[in-house]
Formats: sequence, C-alpha cells, structure tokens
Amino acid sequence: MEFKDYYKIMEINKDASQGEIKRAYRKLARKYHPDVSKEADAESRFKVLGEAYEVLKDPEKRAAYDQLGSNWKSGQEFNPPPDWNANYEFSGGDFASGGASAFSDFFESLFGRQNRGTYSGSQRQGSNFRSQGEDHHAKVMIDIEDAFHGATRAFTLHAPKLNSHGHLVTQDRTLKVQIPKGISQGQQIRLSGQGTPGTGGGEKGDLYLEVEFKPHSFYRAEGKNLYLDLPLTPWEAALGAKVKVPTPAGIIDLKIAADSGAGNKLRLKGRGIPGKPAGDLYVILQISLPSGNTQKAQKFYRKMEQELAFNPRARLGV
Amino acid sequence: MIEDILTGIILNEENTLTLNELSRACMVHSEWIIELVDEGILEPKGEEITHWRFSGTCLKRARTVRRLQQDLGVNLAGSALALNLIDEIEGLRARLNEQEKSS
Repeated sequence: MEFKDYYKIMEINKDASQGEIKRAYRKLARKYHPDVSKEADAESRFKVLGEAYEVLKDPEKRAAYDQLGSNWKSGQEFNPPPDWNANYEFSGGDFASGGASAFSDFFESLFGRQNRGTYSGSQRQGSNFRSQGEDHHAKVMIDIEDAFHGATRAFTLHAPKLNSHGHLVTQDRTLKVQIPKGISQGQQIRLSGQGTPGTGGGEKGDLYLEVEFKPHSFYRAEGKNLYLDLPLTPWEAALGAKVKVPTPAGIIDLKIAADSGAGNKLRLKGRGIPGKPAGDLYVILQISLPSGNTQKAQKFYRKMEQELAFNPRARLGV
Repeated sequence: MIEDILTGIILNEENTLTLNELSRACMVHSEWIIELVDEGILEPKGEEITHWRFSGTCLKRARTVRRLQQDLGVNLAGSALALNLIDEIEGLRARLNEQEKSS
C-alpha cells in the first residue's frame, strides 16, 4: 500500500489552518471537478482530493494522521503501525460523511471502511415501509458502428454495495445490453428494474446507461451527424472525379465537382446515424500534395510554377 | 455470469420522464426538481406539473447541478450559469477540434 501525502495533494503546508484547508479544497475542487474540468485525470484527482479533505478537515482525523510522522513520502510503501491511533478520541461511530465512491486502501487502513450513507430521496415519507429501490447510473463506451447497426454488447459495471457486515464493497456485474440502432452520443438508455432491489416488496430501481462513442479512426459524431475528412489529389479536386468513400453502411462512390477546394463540405443526406429523421454524413474535402522528393515530381512542380499563374496569398495583399 | 440480453429504451423527445421518475433518477425530492424548473435550468414539456415530461438532457443537467451543489457548494443560480458556460465551452472545444483537424 502506498502512503498518501494529504498535505501535498491539497497543496498546503503541514501547519495550515483549518480555514486554509477549506479554501484550498474549494479552490482545487473547482479546478478538478469532473463536470467542469477537461483534464484527463480530473476524476481520479477529484477523488483523491475528497479523500485528503475528509481527513484534514476533521481535527481528530488530522491529528491522528499527523501522528504518523513527517518522514513519509507520497507513494512510499506503507503499513500502519498496529497501535497507530491508540489514545486518539473520535467522536461518533464513524469518520466519514460525504463522498460518493470508496476511498483508497491507504485511507481504509487508517480509518476503516465505512458506509458513507448516500443521500437517498427514494420515497421514504410516511409510515409506509415499502420503498422503491434506488436508480443507478453508468457511462458506457460503444463503437459508432454499434449505433449505426444496433448491437448487443456486454458491459461490466462496478457498483458500490453494502455487504452483510454493513461495509462498503465494490461489486462487479456483467450485463448484456441491446444497443438500440440510432442511439446518438450522450443519449441515455433506461433499463427498468436493473437498479437496487426495493424493500418490503417495493419496485426495483432503474439503471440509466449514458452512451459515449469511442474515438473512431475516421468518423467524428456530433449528435446524429457524422463527419469524415476525405483526402483528394490536386487533380481530383481540380478536374472533378468519382472517388470511393467509406460510410457506416458500406463504401459508396462520391462525385467530386471540378474546381473543388479544401474545406468544402459535402452533405450526404440521411447517411449519418439512423433515426427519424436520420442524421447526415458530412464529407470535408482535403487536398493532399504528392511529395516533391523525386526528380520527376520536382520537374513537374517546376512546370506548374511556370505555367500556372497562381498566388494563394493574393487575399493577404502580398 | 452473463444474464439474458437486456433491452432498454432511449430517452429522447418521445421517451421522457415524469417528475417522479426524474426525482428518483436524481435521488432527490420532487421539490428540488421544481426549483430547477423555476430557475429555468430544466424546461419540461407540458403546462401543468402533473403533465411535465423531462428529456434525457434534463436528466443530465439535473444530475450535473446536483453534483455541483454537493461537491462545490454552488447555489442554483450559480449552477445555471455554470451549465451555460460548460455548454458553451463544449461547443467551442468541438469547433476547435474541427479547425485543428482540417488545418
């Protein structure tokens, strides 16, 4: 197990006041909040930040943590001394309150595993003990082709659960899900009855899967529309041509008009993600130049230079 | 163990959520959802509360607001502003990607 330097994570000194700790947390939380931040590791940083704050905001836990000594370095192999928190008094039965996901092994070795009771608004009012199970949410990645044709995909989801001792454990389950044809980026699939079972004969909760497309080697998706960059030779663009273009439904022949330019956008109606209405496929023209690294090519370019009066910088006034 | 193949429904303009369903999906009381509608953060279809229907986008927005409130202590007006800015940044980022790819 690795030692975690909570002060370093929060970018504060060991003698920081409780006020400084709170301010540091707020500042970093805004920076790394997964809804706001686009940093690749935002989610894990936010999680470890929450863990650090959980310990340092609480003077009792902070004192116990400080007692480990200051010689530890982040990432160092760590095992808590057997009597590490002897004589430290903790109020209440548990340490933690907030936080949506399980903390690190390091945290748990010090403060134990806790059931951080998640806020639940599931129909608890009244004297009725029948309660509906909670709804769950998960994000899943699929290929653009799956949205195009429809598919059956297996997803392994990790769900925090309480075991028979009331401890929080992660339980994996694999679900085979029908991906409906025509689903677009960011849409959600609702699977009824796949959430937490209800109590007292209450209904099961639902599971919401938010679908995200895996990056594709040449298509980009925006809503139901797909975008594809299509490289052309200079002569295809200048003279017009019929070229082969991949679409999710198969290869098609596309007519390129004479005198086409780079950046021109061709709209293939209804060839995007299927639906009512179906999305479109936009083909964006690009022009690739043959390399000038052979004598033959150089001779040819030289000839173009002599015979074609062409100034691409005319608009720049030079 | 792999169970049977599950079939769900896509949340879109036709398949929507009622106020109760949305509240449950966000693990909040319906009063909280009503506040979001009053603030203009969620725009359900239908006039009367009992006829309100929420899209998948509403579900996403509501859950984002919930996280912003819980994690950052942002109030409703602040969340509404943050949502708008997040949308705008995502739009700009998509356009930037376009530009970088085609240049």
